[in-house]
Amino acid sequence: MSSVGLAPARDEQEVATVRPGRMVLGWVGAALRRPTLVLAALVIVTIVAWAVMPGFFTGFDPIHADVSSLLQAPSAAHLFGTDELGRDVFTRMVYGTGRSLVAPLIAVAIGVVGGSVIGLIAGYLGRMADALVMRIVDVILAVPMLVLAMTIVTALGFGSVQLAVGVGIGMIASVARVMRSEVMRVRHSVFIDAERSLGARTWYILLRHVLPSAAGPVMVLAVLDFVQAILAIAALSFLGFGAPPPSPEWGSIVSAGQPYLSTAWWISSLPGLTIAIFAVCVNRVARALQDRRAR
Amino acid sequence: MWAAFTLVFIVLYLVPGDPALLIAGGDGGLQATPEVLAQIRHEYGFDQPLFFQYLHALGGVVTGNLGESYQMKQPVTTLLAAEVGSTSALAFFALGLAIVIGVLLGGAAVYTRSRPLSRLLDALPPIGASLPAFWVGLVLMQFLSFAIPIFPSAGDDGFASFVLPGATMAILGSASIAQVFARALRTSYAEPYVEVARAKGAGRFRVFLVHAARNALLPSITVAGILVANLFAASTITEMIFSRNGLGLALDKAVQSKDIPMVEGAVLVIAGVYVLSNLVVDLVYPIVDPRLRTRRGRIKVLRTEQEAVAVS
Repeated sequence: MSSVGLAPARDEQEVATVRPGRMVLGWVGAALRRPTLVLAALVIVTIVAWAVMPGFFTGFDPIHADVSSLLQAPSAAHLFGTDELGRDVFTRMVYGTGRSLVAPLIAVAIGVVGGSVIGLIAGYLGRMADALVMRIVDVILAVPMLVLAMTIVTALGFGSVQLAVGVGIGMIASVARVMRSEVMRVRHSVFIDAERSLGARTWYILLRHVLPSAAGPVMVLAVLDFVQAILAIAALSFLGFGAPPPSPEWGSIVSAGQPYLSTAWWISSLPGLTIAIFAVCVNRVARALQDRRAR
Repeated sequence: MWAAFTLVFIVLYLVPGDPALLIAGGDGGLQATPEVLAQIRHEYGFDQPLFFQYLHALGGVVTGNLGESYQMKQPVTTLLAAEVGSTSALAFFALGLAIVIGVLLGGAAVYTRSRPLSRLLDALPPIGASLPAFWVGLVLMQFLSFAIPIFPSAGDDGFASFVLPGATMAILGSASIAQVFARALRTSYAEPYVEVARAKGAGRFRVFLVHAARNALLPSITVAGILVANLFAASTITEMIFSRNGLGLALDKAVQSKDIPMVEGAVLVIAGVYVLSNLVVDLVYPIVDPRLRTRRGRIKVLRTEQEAVAVS
């Protein structure tokens, strides 16, 4: 994710000429005009806080069974109720957050880095390399991400990191496409020709000039892909390909409640709702970023 | 498809662990003597170099022989053929539903004169696209088969058992169709020919249906084509939840038990669906858009259309 730091901040340069006081006012005004965006950001911050310090949000133990409180409905003490072993579902959810967020992050990192390198090389070298790489990308795109990840998990074995690798490889293709088209766009710019006539090396031009100008669209795609990664990894963990049972993970918490759906609806529904709300919020922020770039 | 098979074969060849042990006796395979293992290896061709194994497998695919399932000890082709029908029916039911919902939603968002309503309808598809499929399925099951028993929660007999899994997949599919359709509609509303139609006195509904919507259909068809393969992939989740037999459930089980020929076969079928649905989309284009029936028009239209899909 080295491309983050290199992104040229065109917008920031414009803002920098405005005085700081007015900038803050502008931020508050913009926030008030878009209440859903602020709400989405707050939800994301809360859930990331779950991941960082789960003990702060709940006093229960995520793994230890408590026979005295089996299958209790949601209440003030047990926000999401308890499961068939008497464990607090909300606690399991909070403790599962870290694992369930790190895996999509790894997946997106693999997708962005792998896709960027492939797209950069294909777009800049052109001809044979381009044709070959893009055929391979087409092939990866022909297999839906979920299925490709399942294939890779078959090979690597089950677990959170393995899921992340599987989903990440599935993302390489779309990132490579976007990166390639961005590279092709800037490749023939005058400043690239100028740089080359000054004797700059290819790798220098790629890293210093081509990558920064292509980074923006790729970053927007990365945030949108993050939503897809959360959903795909939760789905695969739901199917039982994630971390082994006692350790909490978002998808597996939901699937653990499925047998009790008719009697204890809360075990599946409330964690599922949490995943849904989180995904919707990340998507909202991603779209806001996308709109900003489009303008 | 050939390339997809190669990819899957290479990935699955990296599987750690000895497949002969898996075949010989479940997980441990402790009882199996070295002689038995050697015999199994020879039978399945594991003792040959990778390249020969690959050629053998490829030859099998060309002649319609995908090998034998490790778990079931039956030809993969037979096992998959038994499952494909049920999943195809489910996927196409979901596709139909997704197109209807998506086009109505996207169309209404652009057609309505009320700004709040339009904004609401625009906000729905992105939300729909970020819902986890398994959760949607469980919620539908909870309300429509447990709370109010209308549809069966499991099984695969009759139309009623279609509705919930189909609706689960359709909710997610309709989201992408609605988004692309609405965007394409707005693009065609900005075109001069819509203005001309309006200037000639065509009614609001006529302009919408005959002039704007017809051009906006093209990118939507492309998305629908991509959707087909994704619906097959989503069947891994819905068939699991609603305990339906089908390709998805077979793939789930195959991955659980590392039944490599089954995984290979199922992935190959889904990749085949992707290739086939793209082919169908290409064939449908000229029917929808007369400009595509001439060569020059084709180049022009496809270029703008590709841009529209790329943005989505």
